[in-house]
Amino acid sequence: MSNLSVPNAKTTPENPHLLPGTLPKGIHNPNHRDDSNAAQVALIETLSKTKTANCYKCGKCTAGCPVSEHMEIGPSQIIRLLQLGNVDKALRSSSIWQCVSCLTCSSRCPKEVDCAAIMDALREVSLLQDKVNPQAQQIVTFQRAFLDNIRRNGRLNELDLIARFKSTVALRTREFSFLFKDASLAPQLRRLKKLHLSQPRSKDLSVVDRIFARCTEIEK
Amino acid sequence: MNVGYYPGCALHGSSNDYEQSLRACLETLGLKLKEVNGWICCGATAAHSLNNKLSMALPARNLALAEQDGFKQVFAPCPLCSMQLLKVREAIADEDVRRELSQVVEADISGKTEILNLIQIFQNVGLDHLKAAVKNSLSSITAACYYGCLLLRPPKIVQFDDSEQPTSMEALLSVLGAETVDWSYKTECCGAGMTMASEETVLSLAYKILNNASEHGATSVVVACPMCHINLDMKQAAVERRYGKKFNMTVYYLSDLVGLALGLSAKQLGIDRHFVTER
Repeated sequence: MSNLSVPNAKTTPENPHLLPGTLPKGIHNPNHRDDSNAAQVALIETLSKTKTANCYKCGKCTAGCPVSEHMEIGPSQIIRLLQLGNVDKALRSSSIWQCVSCLTCSSRCPKEVDCAAIMDALREVSLLQDKVNPQAQQIVTFQRAFLDNIRRNGRLNELDLIARFKSTVALRTREFSFLFKDASLAPQLRRLKKLHLSQPRSKDLSVVDRIFARCTEIEK
Repeated sequence: MNVGYYPGCALHGSSNDYEQSLRACLETLGLKLKEVNGWICCGATAAHSLNNKLSMALPARNLALAEQDGFKQVFAPCPLCSMQLLKVREAIADEDVRRELSQVVEADISGKTEILNLIQIFQNVGLDHLKAAVKNSLSSITAACYYGCLLLRPPKIVQFDDSEQPTSMEALLSVLGAETVDWSYKTECCGAGMTMASEETVLSLAYKILNNASEHGATSVVVACPMCHINLDMKQAAVERRYGKKFNMTVYYLSDLVGLALGLSAKQLGIDRHFVTER
């Protein structure tokens, strides 16, 4: 009976780290990293708090996924790659970045495999191990600019985010027309009083910075 | 009622029409919004995509701040903020997690604060009470109620309505005298935070939603999420250009319609600040 039971999301006895879903010590340090297939699968399962072996390939996740038609590897195939130990292919796919985190897959899974959490874990590890698919660069640039913005302001400063995101993409791709894409929206946003030239920051920025430091620190 | 208000970044940014609508509507119902002191961003899609620990810590800090203010309930009008707060609240039921997160965010968290979405705020006011307060019946409105993703998912965390066949917004609108349509895209995703990062994704998803609502006879879509509004309202012109089909679909925040029924004007509610103007 035990092998039929669904994983309990709350207890992860195999995970020695208190906060569920946090990275094991040493993961940021390439010299201490175990890149074997088994270790990589364990890493994704620990981060996502889900057991990929529970998936019995019904395909419900892919059927309900709003973006699977654009993915080269659909959600159920990503899980299959993990079952087969081929984590590297999943980490290097563009599919994990096309996922819009709508959580339909996880909500409908009859085996309680948290596919959306697996996507999150794969993205985090993909970035950490420098395996981001070139086609996903723009999405990653946006997410990183977003977090950088929050670290500096506590709350999102939209103009700052747009400026940094656009300039980073334009410099990398050498497509400077990207800078002015959607620029026609600006006057309309201004007229509708939706464009703010300055936005108040959160009051205790030093705490925000320390929280970021604790969540991103390089563990030896 | 001692309800704290966690606006989230969008409502203080380009979705400030949503905040205007909320404030006008809820004040008419006797509910004043008191912001959680010193709140910070919940980390949104960027945090849970790139750094799981951060996606737990940022909402945890906000839960702690709400507790310091003495709020028993916190209203989070953005479903992503709301879901992230609920997710952390659930995680800290584990004592070890609670202790570690408290250390990371430099504040004690008990995790007892109740988190409410916009629909729940109206449900708490009471449908009978709302019905009695209606001044203008919305009989000219035929709306598609659009729930999107995170009001309903993950069902175990948010524990709200039916995650596949929700009806709570329809129940509210019927009290206001509006007509609602049966349609197929109630719980489909609009592309959420991909608006800038991957515009094509948003255009294709928003097109399907607007098209299905239109084919089922809706002349407006009702949302309870800032990102849904941005993708269906602000991006509607781009969707129409991309797919060569005119929708002219008014996109209301749920509080817009409650406010209109309570006798507030479109200007008071900020409806005149939407991209697609009322027809």
